[in-house]
Amino acid sequence: MNASFFAAAIVAGTPLLFATLGEIITERVGQLNLGVEGMMLMGAVVGFQVGLATSNPFLALLGAMAAGAFGALIYAFLTVSLRANQVVSGLTLTIFGTGFSSFMGKSLIGEIMPENIRTFWKADIPILRDIPFIGKVFFQQDLFVYLGYITAIALGIYLYRTRAGLNVRAVGESAPAADSSGIHVVLYKYVHILMGGALCGLGGAYLSLVYVPAWQENVTAGRGWIAVALVIFVVWSPYKALIGAYLFGGLDILGFRLQGYNIKISQYIIDMLPYIATILVLVVGSIRHSKENAPPKGLGVPYFREER
Amino acid sequence: MIRIVKRTDVSKIKAARIRILAVVLALFTSGIFILLLRHNPLAVYSAMLQGSFGSAYRFKETIIKTIPLVITSLGIMVAFKMKFWNIGAEGQIFMGAFAASFFALQFPDLPKPLLLCLMMAAGIVGGGLWALIPAFFKAQFGTNETIFTLMMNYIALKWITYLQYGLWKDPDALGFAKIPNFSDNAILPKLFDIHIGWIFAFILIVIMHIFMHHTKKGYEITVIGESEDTARYAGMNVKKVVLTAMFISGGICGLTGMIEASAVSGTLSVEVSSGYGFTAIITTWLSGLKAPFILVVSFLFAVLLQGGSFIQTAFQIPQAAAQILQGMILFFVLGSEFFIQYKILPRQNGVEMTAEKEGK
Repeated sequence: MNASFFAAAIVAGTPLLFATLGEIITERVGQLNLGVEGMMLMGAVVGFQVGLATSNPFLALLGAMAAGAFGALIYAFLTVSLRANQVVSGLTLTIFGTGFSSFMGKSLIGEIMPENIRTFWKADIPILRDIPFIGKVFFQQDLFVYLGYITAIALGIYLYRTRAGLNVRAVGESAPAADSSGIHVVLYKYVHILMGGALCGLGGAYLSLVYVPAWQENVTAGRGWIAVALVIFVVWSPYKALIGAYLFGGLDILGFRLQGYNIKISQYIIDMLPYIATILVLVVGSIRHSKENAPPKGLGVPYFREER
Repeated sequence: MIRIVKRTDVSKIKAARIRILAVVLALFTSGIFILLLRHNPLAVYSAMLQGSFGSAYRFKETIIKTIPLVITSLGIMVAFKMKFWNIGAEGQIFMGAFAASFFALQFPDLPKPLLLCLMMAAGIVGGGLWALIPAFFKAQFGTNETIFTLMMNYIALKWITYLQYGLWKDPDALGFAKIPNFSDNAILPKLFDIHIGWIFAFILIVIMHIFMHHTKKGYEITVIGESEDTARYAGMNVKKVVLTAMFISGGICGLTGMIEASAVSGTLSVEVSSGYGFTAIITTWLSGLKAPFILVVSFLFAVLLQGGSFIQTAFQIPQAAAQILQGMILFFVLGSEFFIQYKILPRQNGVEMTAEKEGK
């Protein structure tokens, strides 16, 4: 295991990080959105499409975020305004998003990202890049990776250090209590569900724009679901999401790396590892119940003002 | 301003009318989407109908797609009734197909009835055991079953991939990665030119309807779904019921796997489930978790699937359009429930009460 392995783990963990952060902010307002996989795929395909059409990386990012947020908007409208079942609405969003991306992506198969987008993102951070080992792992990466660090830390500060973040947590713990203390519950839910969707879209875009970077159907391969499980693993903390996401990034590339060592295990068996690890994470998470590691109390609980 | 009031006065006919309206709106919205792609939505829809009803062959294909949807939906229904979100039907189909294929490939010369019965039993046990793993952790530790069952899908898919490309690969297939075809004894017979899976589907609808509504176990499952605390208070062994129900749920999905491997693909492959495990989640939910409605909804979705694969060849519209349509229909029906359960009244101070009375 050398620095290049860890550097690759960070890269593989970055789409997971964005999706995990997106689901954290969504669940923090008490909404369980199982549409992460769908929103990632929508972001991946729209980001790729825009990148291909405009050769502009920023427009590609915006497009991906908008696509993710659009998926989240459908979910928000159904669950918050129309009071539909959160689990089924989220699942439907995944089905819809998967169909949407393979439909839109049909004409993109075989297309490759233009050179200027593919190389645009690479950027070392001066000074920090020269720290032995750490520099190579963390600071000779691409802009997405740095954006991942920043988003995680910013989200942490937002949640734990600002007034609005306090309100978010209040809504997630108990919507009725938050409502009676004057917080606009519906607005908070909408805004953060949409934010979450945009982040999931970014995670998907990283896969199609930088990680692969050619169009590949079902490019997420279940990463959205792994992200949903990671949220539990990192106990709804944006800071811990950094660790969780990169750990799973490592698992993701482990199989590929092991091939080099001539280990006699089938690739298909090694490919099971991230999914098995996700299950272990879930099981461990459910066994060690404790107060500070508990999910937001209002998670998945619908809130209707009239039925108070 | 508006005011939202819970209503209890909706008749069954009115509720049905609202749901049908939702489906129509979904088709309309999807039509706009198709229009944006520069296709004529009416032409596409009528082509879908032609694709599923246009000839005896196409109609047969539609029925063949209805069978796995009905059976899988019945399996998922048991879990959903318990509010156990079994998203793992796809994996349970795979593992049922795997277990059945084991017997088909190991004992190809057994007498046909015996071999088929063995395969069916293996399919049920294979799918059931696969579902039992997440059920155990749910019952024991409260582990989130949605993600657990979903991860099990991926593991099952990788396992079948491994078999197809490695362990069970046919050495006679000239390097082509496929598992050897089943012997004739392992293929389900046909009745009226369609494999007898359709008879299984009909029988299972009746059995599951009776099971859910007229047996103690079925009642216990429903009570646990309503409230686990109530169930415990009433002295039910919740863990045991959860495990039994999930074995039944996964077992029925596993039976789908056996039928598809035996009658449709004639061997085990990564395509054996064809996404039925996911589509069946929708059909189960839309049928309101009622066995007879599952038949109707599954047939309609089979029309969508069959029509979807037809428009791909007829219009070069990707098959995924059918998936979007499925999602759209479910979005609209989910949204429409709101209008069945609530009514929106204008907020008028003072005269609210009288307005409400007059409304009834």
